[in-house]
Amino acid sequence: MEREQEYVLRTVEERGVRLIRLWFTDVVGKLKSVAITPAELDTAFSEGVQFDGTAIDGFSRVHESDVLARPDATSFELLPWAKEDEPSARMFCDIQNLDETPFAGDPRQVLRRNLAEARTHGYSFFAAPEVEFFYFASGDPSLGKPVPLDRASYFDLTTADVSSDLRKRTIHMLEAMGIPIEYSFHEDSPSQHEIDLRYTEALDVADNLMTLRLVVKKIALERDCYATFMPKPLNGVQGSGMHTHLSLFKDGENAFHDGDDPYGWSLTARRFTAGILHHAREITAVTNQLVNSYKRIAETSEAPPYVAWARNNRSALVRVPVRKKGKPESARIEYRAPDPACNPYLAFSLLLAAGMRGIAEGYELPPETKLNLFDLTDEQRREMGIEPLPRSLDEALDVMEGSELARVTLGDHIFEWFLRNKRTEWAEYQAQVTPFELERYLPST
Amino acid sequence: MEPLLVYPEPVPPELAQALDIGGWAWKAAADVDAARRDEPADGWVGAIVMATAVSDLDTATRFCRAIRNGDVNVESVLLLVNGGQLMELDPREDLFDDFCVHPFHPVEFETRLKHVFRRSGGNDDIDLIEYGPLAMNLETYQAVIEGKPLDLTYMEYELLKFLAAHPGKVFTRETLLNRVWGYDYYGGARTVDVHVRRLRAKLGEEHANLIQTIRSVGYSFGRSRWM
Repeated sequence: MEREQEYVLRTVEERGVRLIRLWFTDVVGKLKSVAITPAELDTAFSEGVQFDGTAIDGFSRVHESDVLARPDATSFELLPWAKEDEPSARMFCDIQNLDETPFAGDPRQVLRRNLAEARTHGYSFFAAPEVEFFYFASGDPSLGKPVPLDRASYFDLTTADVSSDLRKRTIHMLEAMGIPIEYSFHEDSPSQHEIDLRYTEALDVADNLMTLRLVVKKIALERDCYATFMPKPLNGVQGSGMHTHLSLFKDGENAFHDGDDPYGWSLTARRFTAGILHHAREITAVTNQLVNSYKRIAETSEAPPYVAWARNNRSALVRVPVRKKGKPESARIEYRAPDPACNPYLAFSLLLAAGMRGIAEGYELPPETKLNLFDLTDEQRREMGIEPLPRSLDEALDVMEGSELARVTLGDHIFEWFLRNKRTEWAEYQAQVTPFELERYLPST
Repeated sequence: MEPLLVYPEPVPPELAQALDIGGWAWKAAADVDAARRDEPADGWVGAIVMATAVSDLDTATRFCRAIRNGDVNVESVLLLVNGGQLMELDPREDLFDDFCVHPFHPVEFETRLKHVFRRSGGNDDIDLIEYGPLAMNLETYQAVIEGKPLDLTYMEYELLKFLAAHPGKVFTRETLLNRVWGYDYYGGARTVDVHVRRLRAKLGEEHANLIQTIRSVGYSFGRSRWM
């Protein structure tokens, strides 16, 4: 038995843990859980826990629906919200087929595979997402438009900011679970908040993000309100994004840094960025996977819909933050399209693969865009060779379907399942007559 | 008692004698292959690696490196060097747990052996690390701060154990990475920062400063008992 597993078994025994939750993620990014008792833990490590995957999105297949959950002992963590007399714990799992090969429908294994691929070139992939979300009085759509908990705005600190208490409790709990937080503050919109996860290896970040979404929602529910990561829940106010900072490390050094470059930016960083820009349209269906995601992208401030990069221009899709001198390890790029409703395992996989493709093929980075792209016309942007991101889920799926990169990165199983599932979602949306249409057309037509 | 691994073979007579007088079981190996061949099922509890002459420090540290790389499974390493080699140890300090200058005084040598290999030295007490409010039971993998249990992941536990076992000693991120995670880990030195940050969060505000950041060097835990 490996020492990590021995550690878990011993801790479960010493701490009197009653229940161990085995966590995994389905293809659309929903957290799933199978609970086992301490008595089953030994077998869970040696043989895995068998369960029927048919009801889980992206797990179902025609034949043989059983799969194995293999707990990752290094992710063992006591749950701080468990009752004191009934401690419980969680571990993230990798999903396998019954013959113990990786299960093709498991997003965590997709990220593992892509990280391993980057490692064969000596790179480890780091990410730091800025997660935005809203607190509302309720999550029940039959009650009409969601009602924000407060009317404060960016960085406000007032007594009216009732939700800052929620956020504080959330941060406390995340820190207790060893999830380091960089910043947390009130965002632009009423009742909108942001929590920034600290830089770490992409698999950890994805696991942490799954935990964060659960904790944020859980704490809101404790106080009888509702937290949502829906990209654009309110008309006329900014939606929730997940700007994500990315970098590669090689031999313990930040591979995006080059001391000889006037901007401290390495060739690797340029090629990686070129790769991301080149494939940005192909991966948008995954980084922005809801019909609703495109209502955020259609905004004209924080969610830049144009495939371009810039150093200090927030209208570009990729921003290269200007660094403080003497901090080579913080060299990074910021990808501004994703929203917090994405499946982080798949989104990070595609971002990494797109960047790595840029490095492997030696893509040339297009010139920096210094103009505010929102001020230009479509024609002017076209002349500059700047393409828009897909404008709807439908268009994003079309682009994705033709992408060899997306297929190879996600694997056939997830690639095809994702397209099928999301096409259906789009078709269902298209079949709806919206309040907008009624208000606009009924009186006048 | 499990034998200690001794390198090189043949073992210099004064070393063999000191080990025998101290009642230590040992087995000599001429090279990495021999050490691997004779490795006990649970790995070696410790190794004594001797650099016999100036020219041999490289050979000896190569052997140490093989241990750290996991080619041979050894818990702790005591390096024997002569006075002239001391200056060259600094960049190699992640390769051994302690060192002793030879020719050695038998009492000093015995003390170092007990210190480095105390688990194998016939000491059957439960292994405990205690420092101020922190106590770690290495037998049960549990850590408490002021009597309150700490909820740690495996790597957090291993990092805290390593730091707390060497109070006052400053470790670079690379050393911590090599010693706690092992050479086959790819996360890079940032992994160390992330885990230190997590540990501090779990230790709580009051005790977070048990782990100190040493600017542009790395980290240290608590204070040395000798300061």
